[in-house]
Amino acid sequence: MITGKVHKFGDNINTDDIIPATYLVTTDEKELSKHCFETHSPGFNKKAEKGDVIAAGENFGCGSSREHAPRALKGLGISCVIAKSFARIFCRNAINIGLPIIECPDAADGMDEGNTVEIKFEEGMLYNKRTGDRYRFTPYPEFLHRIISAGGLMKYARRKAKNV
Amino acid sequence: MGLTITQKILSAHCGGGEIEPGAFIMAEVDFLLANDITAPLAIKEFEAFGAQKVFDTSRIALVLDHFTPARDIESAQQCKLVRDFARKHNIRYLFQEGKGIEHALLPEEGLTLPGELIIGADSHTCTYGAVGAFSTGVGSTDAAFAMIEGKVWLKVPESIKFIYHGELNPWVSGKDLILYTIGDIGVNGAGYCAMELCGEVIEKLSMDSRFTMANMAIEAGAKNCVIEPDTVTAEYLKEVPAVEGRYGLNCKSDVDAVYKQVIEYDAAEIHPQVALPSSPANVKPASELSSINIDQVVIGSCTNGRIGDLRTAAEILKGNKVHEYVRLIIIPGTEKIYLRALREGLVETFIEAGGIVSPPTCGPCLGGHMGILAKGERVLATTNRNFVGRMGHPESEVYLCNPAVAAASAIKGEITHPEGIQRGSSLAL
Ligand code: SF4
Repeated sequence: MITGKVHKFGDNINTDDIIPATYLVTTDEKELSKHCFETHSPGFNKKAEKGDVIAAGENFGCGSSREHAPRALKGLGISCVIAKSFARIFCRNAINIGLPIIECPDAADGMDEGNTVEIKFEEGMLYNKRTGDRYRFTPYPEFLHRIISAGGLMKYARRKAKNV
Repeated sequence: MGLTITQKILSAHCGGGEIEPGAFIMAEVDFLLANDITAPLAIKEFEAFGAQKVFDTSRIALVLDHFTPARDIESAQQCKLVRDFARKHNIRYLFQEGKGIEHALLPEEGLTLPGELIIGADSHTCTYGAVGAFSTGVGSTDAAFAMIEGKVWLKVPESIKFIYHGELNPWVSGKDLILYTIGDIGVNGAGYCAMELCGEVIEKLSMDSRFTMANMAIEAGAKNCVIEPDTVTAEYLKEVPAVEGRYGLNCKSDVDAVYKQVIEYDAAEIHPQVALPSSPANVKPASELSSINIDQVVIGSCTNGRIGDLRTAAEILKGNKVHEYVRLIIIPGTEKIYLRALREGLVETFIEAGGIVSPPTCGPCLGGHMGILAKGERVLATTNRNFVGRMGHPESEVYLCNPAVAAASAIKGEITHPEGIQRGSSLAL
């Protein structure tokens, strides 16, 4: 279970918004996080605290394939991204690096900046502590669940390699 | 029940059998690529995993094209890291600075074939659907996993069929067809789906234009884009080098294949298009725009930096001069394209018109280098994305169009339809 403060974003947040291309000269998550949302929401990196959650609209993470985007969010300590929908590559990158994401349009709509949300992944339940609203989301399909519960694709691969 | 070309290719790469949309598969990869931005992260994961060797040294391309020739110390370090890794592991396809932009380069080298499954740590990897491959963009961790295992996990997509009827209007190319399509369906209109392009228009379309269309499928949220290989594809493949061990496979969709949606367009309705800031779906016909002054024009990128694109631009620029308030930057997509442009006299035409010809690089397309915008500046580019700050300052603006509109507008100093520009005379303005 995680509990975090909500930062609200709109539709079609692209990977250039999350981390502008000019900073892609490093692979360090902490370094990347310093420029997270730099042009889109200046000061976000200062405002965001460890454990915080992002609630966004449609097509979150569209644009380039840069894994630096979910890594910048992870580096910042973001514990989960809730959105109405995700862009495909962002979605797989988040899963592959072990950043939890939840597709839940009602919750994404129902949460406002500064709300506190409680997320129970196993139960597929989101709870907005400010409003008292509860939202259900579909747990990950079995295949993805195995990757996520391993902590990402490489850890999944290692686990598999050990079993063989 | 019939299968789409996308289902057939995926099935052939995971042991055969019918696979339904929505199913998760672990598929064999025929080829994979990463670039100077995404490879370093993949290499970091590869090494953290403790992998000793790559699954196949001849099925990986590492392309140094984004911030190259290195724009600063950090990018030089990134390139060095990739170079060292490639040499250590004997990677056959290390394409160094200036060889070309990945998605223009790999098809030209014969490395993307029909029926293959290709992944790339770059979102525009969907470009190779133009030759009838299943190709899709993935992340760096996917690339690391594939470098080790030769595999990728995929969710089988549903397909949307796009049929283009009729004849193309003058100055209309693949860029306009795809911009029009994205304008119609939106930036997530093909979300998670395969876009299958067909119809008389596509059958007659040049490979250059097909690449442009497939390239931008990701701007509609698509997973991949695919065009059935035909005689145009076959002619094209005759010209590219044969690669040992790579044969490709011609697949066609069954007549009773199931589609999520079928969308039809009449090409007569489609005129040269411009995508206004800050979304590739924000399109308008060029003829409806007036008095949009521009500071810079960029003709190049993996979308429109092929020889056909440069020829079109040169045809318009020949004997004309670039407007005194405009900087025109032309970037041939690969070294081979650059050489052809030189031999055909196109480079001379560009320079005489007042343009700047850059070596092949992604450069300004992603706001990297070689033409970054200042605050308040406006660029008209043949690239594929016009997000906020994509090519420079967050308060600069990016407009997207085809090479003809770009060249004509560079002469006029404002966004214009090419028909008003006469060869060898700027008086027609
Ligand atoms: S030219 Fe632009 S879109 Fe194409 S690979 Fe380079 S940065 Fe990406």
